[in-house]
Amino acid sequence: MDSALIPEGAKRCSFPKFAIGIAIVSAVVLWGVFAMFLCWFKGLNQTNMNDYYGFALWIWADLAVIAVGGGAFFTGLLRYIFKIDELKNIINFAVIIGFICYSSALLILAIDIGQPLRGWFIFWHANVHSMLTEVAFCLSAYFAVLTIEFIPNILENRQANKVPFFHHLAHNMHGVMAVFAATGAFLSFFHQGSLGGVAGVLYGRPFAVREGLLIWPWTFFLFTWSAAAFGPCFTLLVTKITETVTGKKLVKDNVVHLLAKISGWMIVTYIIAKIIDTIYWALVTAPSLGFTLSHFYSNNGFYGYWILITEIVLCGVVPGAILIMKSTRENPRLRLIAIILGVIGVCLNRWVMVLQIMAVPVMSFDTWALYFPSWQEIATTILPVAYGIILIAVAYRYLPVFPQEQELNTIEPVAEAE
Amino acid sequence: MFPFSFEWAWDMAHVVFFGGFWYAVSILGAGMTFCILKAAYDTINDSGDSHH
Repeated sequence: MDSALIPEGAKRCSFPKFAIGIAIVSAVVLWGVFAMFLCWFKGLNQTNMNDYYGFALWIWADLAVIAVGGGAFFTGLLRYIFKIDELKNIINFAVIIGFICYSSALLILAIDIGQPLRGWFIFWHANVHSMLTEVAFCLSAYFAVLTIEFIPNILENRQANKVPFFHHLAHNMHGVMAVFAATGAFLSFFHQGSLGGVAGVLYGRPFAVREGLLIWPWTFFLFTWSAAAFGPCFTLLVTKITETVTGKKLVKDNVVHLLAKISGWMIVTYIIAKIIDTIYWALVTAPSLGFTLSHFYSNNGFYGYWILITEIVLCGVVPGAILIMKSTRENPRLRLIAIILGVIGVCLNRWVMVLQIMAVPVMSFDTWALYFPSWQEIATTILPVAYGIILIAVAYRYLPVFPQEQELNTIEPVAEAE
Repeated sequence: MFPFSFEWAWDMAHVVFFGGFWYAVSILGAGMTFCILKAAYDTINDSGDSHH
């Protein structure tokens, strides 16, 4: 039915099977959209946010998808600026994942601000002393970069590419992609950093505040570094999921090994910096503000030392160690464990830096403030996941996303006839 | 916000924030304009040898 749109030589499932899959995921999208409209029409009283939790599940989801979406800017930087040619075989997919992550972040923000019709105020009535203004600027501009990086792949669709103008446009965009990639890296460095910077300058929150360099707290650099380190893990994880679902090998092992190796060394260097930062904060910064380390991890039913150990050791040191050693990195099972731990680790870091900050008591009369999101918050957070699945399914079906797919999956004539 | 907006102030914060923003947007705009114009030119004078 839609075979004319499918990349030449590629085998895809039948259209009815594809449509049924999309319909099932669309039901989740509709659930999320319903919750989104509830938030827009009835207001933020649909959430469990309160005076303690001005930042809640949505902001965690925002920071998490932006962190794991960092694979797009970092892979783009490696491919177009550092000229690592092998990565051309995974860059299209990294861009699509980044596009999904950043569009999801913007969607969540559009719900979170309550009145999306006033979203443009941040550009016109900007508070130029706020790190979040910088985040909004860079986020919007970087989403434009990702859109630009995604366009050539769309124009390479079998039918679109027959239109001479589209064919030339895709070719010309590839020619200047290094300029767009460099701009994306510049924008990503600042918005990833500023998201961490927001936590680091919270002087009223001893759990978050850090010293730093000039106007930038150490969390600024740690957030950028962690996004560059763990973003490629997410790219590899989604690639693996896509390979499992499609039952095909889509990227050659040498490409996966290379990206895993780069990610591993980034994780190791990041986690060393993170450990130093944590020790200095625990021994110097927090005591200087009148707090001991145990204050942040005791007297409550959820936040214990386990979260610190899980984030740094289990989901930081362990994946880093697995990915830098050739023997473990090239073991598919261990590599998969490492990239899953890495993705959990960076999401856990963002959870701690958004929600644990809000939970920790600061004043002597305060108690721990725990929070559980409303179903509307959960539905609108799951919405981007479902949207991402649909976009990946459509892109995989109709676009030449994986340049090595044909080579890795030789189609037998009998199968083609079916 | 532009320098001719009533809220604008010629201070470091406005210049750095909006300077960086408009710099990035200008690069993207110029890059896309170049690609579109060159694609139109190439289409009109189709050489048929563009591969990527």
